[in-house]
Amino acid sequence: MKPVHIVQGTAVPLDRSDVDTDQIIPSDWLKRVERTGFEKGLFSEWLDGDDFVMNNEIYAGANILIGGPNFGTGSSREHAVWAIQQYGFDAVISPRFGPIFENNATKNGLIPVAVTGEIGEQLLRAVEADPTLEITIDVDRRTVEAPAIGLESTFPLEESTRLRFLKGLDDIAITMSQVASIDSFEQQRPSWMPQTN
Amino acid sequence: MGRTLSQKVWDNHIVHSSDGEPDLLYIDLHLVHEVTSPQAFDGLRVSGRPVRRPDLTISTEDHNVPTQDIDQPIADPISRQQVETLRTNTDEFGITNYPMGHVNQGIVHVIGPELGLTQPGMTVVCGDSHTSTHGAFGALAFGIGTSEVEHVLATQTLQQATQETMAITVNGELPEGSTAKDVVLAILGVVGTGGGIGAIAEFRGPVIEALSMEGRMTVCNMSIEFGAKAGLIAPDDATFAYLKGMENAPKGADWDAAVAAWRQLRTDDDAVFDREVVLDGSDITPHVTWGTNPGQVIPIAADIPGPDDFTNPADKEAAGRALEYMGLTAGTPMTAVGVDTVFIGSCTNSRIEDLRAAAAVAAGRSVAEGVRTLVVPGSGRVKAQAEAEGLHTIFTDAGFDWREPGCSMCLAMNPDKLTPGERSASTSNRNFEGRQGRGGRTHLVSPAVAAATAIAGHFTTPDHLPEGDHQ
Repeated sequence: MKPVHIVQGTAVPLDRSDVDTDQIIPSDWLKRVERTGFEKGLFSEWLDGDDFVMNNEIYAGANILIGGPNFGTGSSREHAVWAIQQYGFDAVISPRFGPIFENNATKNGLIPVAVTGEIGEQLLRAVEADPTLEITIDVDRRTVEAPAIGLESTFPLEESTRLRFLKGLDDIAITMSQVASIDSFEQQRPSWMPQTN
Repeated sequence: MGRTLSQKVWDNHIVHSSDGEPDLLYIDLHLVHEVTSPQAFDGLRVSGRPVRRPDLTISTEDHNVPTQDIDQPIADPISRQQVETLRTNTDEFGITNYPMGHVNQGIVHVIGPELGLTQPGMTVVCGDSHTSTHGAFGALAFGIGTSEVEHVLATQTLQQATQETMAITVNGELPEGSTAKDVVLAILGVVGTGGGIGAIAEFRGPVIEALSMEGRMTVCNMSIEFGAKAGLIAPDDATFAYLKGMENAPKGADWDAAVAAWRQLRTDDDAVFDREVVLDGSDITPHVTWGTNPGQVIPIAADIPGPDDFTNPADKEAAGRALEYMGLTAGTPMTAVGVDTVFIGSCTNSRIEDLRAAAAVAAGRSVAEGVRTLVVPGSGRVKAQAEAEGLHTIFTDAGFDWREPGCSMCLAMNPDKLTPGERSASTSNRNFEGRQGRGGRTHLVSPAVAAATAIAGHFTTPDHLPEGDHQ
C-alpha cells in the first residue's frame, strides 16, 4: 500500500442511506479474477439513470465521495473498495460504515472518514450548493476541513491504522515479524482441534 | 468483572497483544471459495509466500456454480475461469477443494458445520460476510475481505481491533408457525441495518436456547445484516449432541476433554454488555421484508408502511425510494402482494431442516399457476439426505423445481436470476436492489412461508392455505 497523508479536492454528494456493496459493485463484476478494471462497474446499475449524481458533469474530477449513513453495508467484497478507488476516489465520508467495507478500505489506502450525522448532512448540503467546495482530509491529524464553510471536524482512526496509512505499511510483513509468537501459539493448540486434510 | 462469551473466545486466540495495536488473533478454520480468493492467491505468488496451514483451510465452489446440468462445463466463460482458477490455486497451494458435483461440495457455510469442522470456541473466517453463520456453535466467526484472506493464508492469523459486546435476548416462547428466520427478521426490525456496527452480538434467552442447530445457524447468519462483526450463541447440550460422532469431531477421551472445555464457553453472570436489546418472542409472528434493506421488515399480517410511518428523515427518504423500487403502495396488505418466483435456498435457509419445513407445506399441494420456483439444497450432503427422505419427490410432485447445490439466486452470480420487475419470495438474506438480478424485487421470508407463498401465489402463511391432498 502507498503512503497516504492528505487528500484534498472536491466531492460528489451521494445523498442516500444504506448504500450497500451490491450497489457499489454488482455481483456480475465479482467473477473477474483480476484486481483492476473495476471502475466501470462502480454504481453501474444507478449510472443508467439520468438523474444519478455521478452523471452530473459538475462533479467530474471529484476525488471524495460523500454518502449517507450505513455506507458499504452488506457483502464482504473488497471489489467495492477497488471500484471506488479505481474510479478516482481517495476517501469516502459517511456517518457510519459497514464494518467489512471499512476494514477493506483501510487495507487499500482508501480513507473511511466517519463523521457525525450533522457533519455528514452539512457536507452533503454544502457540496450540493457549491460543487467546487474544497475539502481536506488529513490522516495525520485525523481531521476533515472545508474552510470555505468554516467546517472543521475530526474522525476516528485506530492509531495502528493511522500509522499504516502514513507509512504505507504491509500488514502481512508486520505480522510476519511475530512469527515466533505464532509458532508458540500453535504448540499449545489442543491436538483434537479439527484439520481439513 | 466477568467476561462475555465472545471475549473468552477472543482472549483464547490472542497470539500477540500490545497497547495501541490491534490484537493478533489465531484463526482455527479458514473457508475459501472462488469469488474472493483469486487476488489473494495472486498476492501470495507475487510475494513468494506459501499457505501457512493448508490443513486448517478448506475450499469449495459455490457462488458461481450452476444448479442445472452440472455435468457440463460452466457456460459463462468468466464464471468458468473463476472456478478453474480456484482449482488451480488450491492445487498449487495444497488446499483441499470440493468441486462441483462432489458430495461434500456446497455453500461454504453449510459444508463447514456438516463436515464437523465448525466447533465451539473456534475462530472461523471466510471471504464472505455470512461467515457469522458458524457462530451458532459458539465460534467467533466473521467475514473478511480479500486482503485479509491473503493475510490468513500467509500467517493463519488476523490483526483485529477489539469490538464492543452486544446482547440480543429473546424471551418467552415463539408462537406456533414462527421460525428462526422470523426471529432474526424481527431482530432486524428492532435493531436496523446499522445497530450492530462496532459490536459482536450474542443471541441469548429461552427462544434462542430452544432453537435447533439449524435454526441457530439461520439467526447467526444474518448478524452482518444489522452490522455486527459476528453473532454467536453459547454452546450447550444441543450443540454437543449435534457434533458427537461427526467425522471431524473429537473422539473418545478427546471428546470428553473438548466438551469440558466447551462448557466454559458461557458469558459470566457478572459480565456487562456494552449494548443490550431485548425482544419478547411470543410477539414474533411470521415476518417479511417490504423494502430494499433487511431492516425494512414487517409481520406478514401487517400493511406495507410508507414514509409517513417513519420519523427520521433518512428513514422517510429510504422508505419512499424502496417503495418506488419495489413497485409497492403504502397501506397495501402484504398478503395482497403476488409473487413471480419463489427461491428456497442460500446459506440462511438451505439445510435439511429448512427443506423439511418447506416440504411439509408443499406436500399434497400445487404451486400456483405462473409461479417459478427453485429449491436449491445447500450442499451435496443436504441434497442426498433430502432425496433419501423423499423430499425431492414431494417438491417435484407439487411443481417445485429441484436443483443442484450452490448459492444460486441468493446473489445471482450463476444463471438463476430475477428479470427486471420480477418479484420473489426468497429464503435468502438480502433484499438489496438488484441482489437477485437486475431490477429484481426481493422479499425475505422463512422456508415455510416461501412454500406457502408459492402455493397461494401471494404472500401468506401455511395456516392460511386451504387443506391439501395430504398423503
